[in-house]
Amino acid sequence: MKRMLTALGALLTTAVMSLSAAQADKLKVGFVYLTNPGDHGWTYAHEVGRQQLQDHFGDKVETTYVENVPEGPDAARVIRELVAQGNKVIFTTSFGYMEPTLKVAKEYPDVMFDHITGYKRAPNMATGNIRFYEGRYVQGVVAGLTTKSNTIGYLAAFPIPEVIQGINAFARGLRSVNKDASIKVVWVNSWYDPVKEADAAKVLIAEGADVLAQHTDSPAMLQTAEKAGVKGFGQSSDMHKFAPKAQLFSSVNNWGPYYISQVQKVMDGTWSTGDGPDHWAGNTWKGIGDDYLVLTEFKNMPAEVAAKAEAARSGIASGSLNIFEGPMKDNKGNMVLEAGKVLDDGGLWGMNYYVEGVKGNIPN
Amino acid sequence: MFDELLLTVLLTSIPLILAATGELVVERSGVLNLGVEGMMLMGAVAAFGAASLSGSPYIGILSGGVAGLFVAAIFSLFVLGLATNQVATGLALTIFGTGLSGLIGAPLVGQAIEGLPALHLPILSGLPFIGVFFQLDILAYGAIVIVGLTSFFLMRTRPGLILRSVGINHDSAHALGYNVLRVRFYAILFGGFMAGLAGAYLPLVLTPHWAEGMTAGRGWIALALVVFASWQPWRVTIGAVLFGGVTIMQLAGQARGWPIPAQFLSMLPYLATIIVLVTIASRGHIALGAPAHLGKSFFITR
Repeated sequence: MKRMLTALGALLTTAVMSLSAAQADKLKVGFVYLTNPGDHGWTYAHEVGRQQLQDHFGDKVETTYVENVPEGPDAARVIRELVAQGNKVIFTTSFGYMEPTLKVAKEYPDVMFDHITGYKRAPNMATGNIRFYEGRYVQGVVAGLTTKSNTIGYLAAFPIPEVIQGINAFARGLRSVNKDASIKVVWVNSWYDPVKEADAAKVLIAEGADVLAQHTDSPAMLQTAEKAGVKGFGQSSDMHKFAPKAQLFSSVNNWGPYYISQVQKVMDGTWSTGDGPDHWAGNTWKGIGDDYLVLTEFKNMPAEVAAKAEAARSGIASGSLNIFEGPMKDNKGNMVLEAGKVLDDGGLWGMNYYVEGVKGNIPN
Repeated sequence: MFDELLLTVLLTSIPLILAATGELVVERSGVLNLGVEGMMLMGAVAAFGAASLSGSPYIGILSGGVAGLFVAAIFSLFVLGLATNQVATGLALTIFGTGLSGLIGAPLVGQAIEGLPALHLPILSGLPFIGVFFQLDILAYGAIVIVGLTSFFLMRTRPGLILRSVGINHDSAHALGYNVLRVRFYAILFGGFMAGLAGAYLPLVLTPHWAEGMTAGRGWIALALVVFASWQPWRVTIGAVLFGGVTIMQLAGQARGWPIPAQFLSMLPYLATIIVLVTIASRGHIALGAPAHLGKSFFITR
């Protein structure tokens, strides 16, 4: 009997070992999502990226995700849980996960963390971002050529650098084709509150806006635009089915290439060779030129407007068009960038002003 | 321009009016149902799903109300049948409704429907200034009618009196031979139906798509409005319109570049609620108008 038990025990041990050996062959990659992916918007774009990653590597990776994770301290618990499940690479896909990711990264130095859209890094925590503002410049060009009232409504979530960059890039595009048009910004203080976004869109239309742009996540603005007979731009993913007559185009976040290249680096052992101080994990920030940002088909606009939009898009892609190139004034008339100079990335993140073409002040 | 803003204010306040009126009746009967948010979400998902499948927003309205009613029935099973703690059960109901609506709604995400059409009443809708009051949809008109009927029922009818007396002192009402549990059961069902309608209003009128958690806290605002209104139906309407007004005003203020911080304006409705509460409370419990047995479980002891 005793011998049998020992044999059984040995058998079990072998089974467990071979199981873990099988698991070790696969690189486990975890994702933290802000909302459930649904089929549009910010998190959906990440989910598409995750699927591309899975398809690209097939059996070599095992991806999991946790959805509906609130930003803030609670996120740390979820990230730790993903570590406990054996994930070796963890992508946290919203700005608000920055501190929790950093905290957990320090606790687990052998796990590689990748935070999306933040700026804090650690030896095992890289940051990835897309130059969303490039798409907004093209939106500005289209808006400037489309508007009759010369009033553009802009729904913004929170006054963080990324959103300010977007507003300013939009204004640069707008003013490059239409000196009389300007942007009215409404802060809804939420990334996702469909009813409030719809309310804000209605208010902006009532205030005379005939083209709407958004830096919030739901299709509510476009639906409102469709109903009111004005135009607008989709966010993060193609939203034209919500507003077939209203959507001019949408800037689609294409995270797949980033996820694939990061995981490839982990497999090659070249991941932690960043360019920051103390060889900190690196910072990736790419845009239209690298297909990290993709613009959907230009619709609901005359061919000559679409041609101008395409010219702007390809100019940005090739690098011949600099969005923030002097002379550039803020909306109070102060010169912020001399003629001939180009704003560097530090300058982009340090924008605490609106450029010409935006009305009002940035909230504190 | 002003007309459009006023219309937006009215539309934004309709779900608050519906949900708060329902909750008011529930609380008047002595039951505190904190599950309004969950019932609204169930109403919203059912309304959207039914409207999407059937192609008729009117079927959507009905389904929304019925879904709210069903969730409320579960609530009543616990708080009336098993005399569980009302606060805990209500909170559980919100969590339950949020999760279940997300689950049911998952395949509905990304679909778009034709919303409820606005019914412009002839002549009246063409009037200057007040014309927008007659450019609403059937559910909005219905909301106003329901508030009127609820007020009449509570204050002017015998069953209304019984309902209120159950809320003030369930032991006395029981001693007088009234069936406390049955009265409360009906009140809870009514509250659920109304919360379901309120939820239905979001995907049928305000934003014709389904999104998980799309009520974004409006159920809680409805609860606050009942207190704000000191349990008087018409004051609920005033409170809801005030709340909607401030919400829209802060958005319009930003668009117009008013020098007031948007955060301050967003805070105003909550500030108003606190001020009203403090003012009423300082005048004593009776003036507050809270049903004396609100939140207390009823046991038949004799």
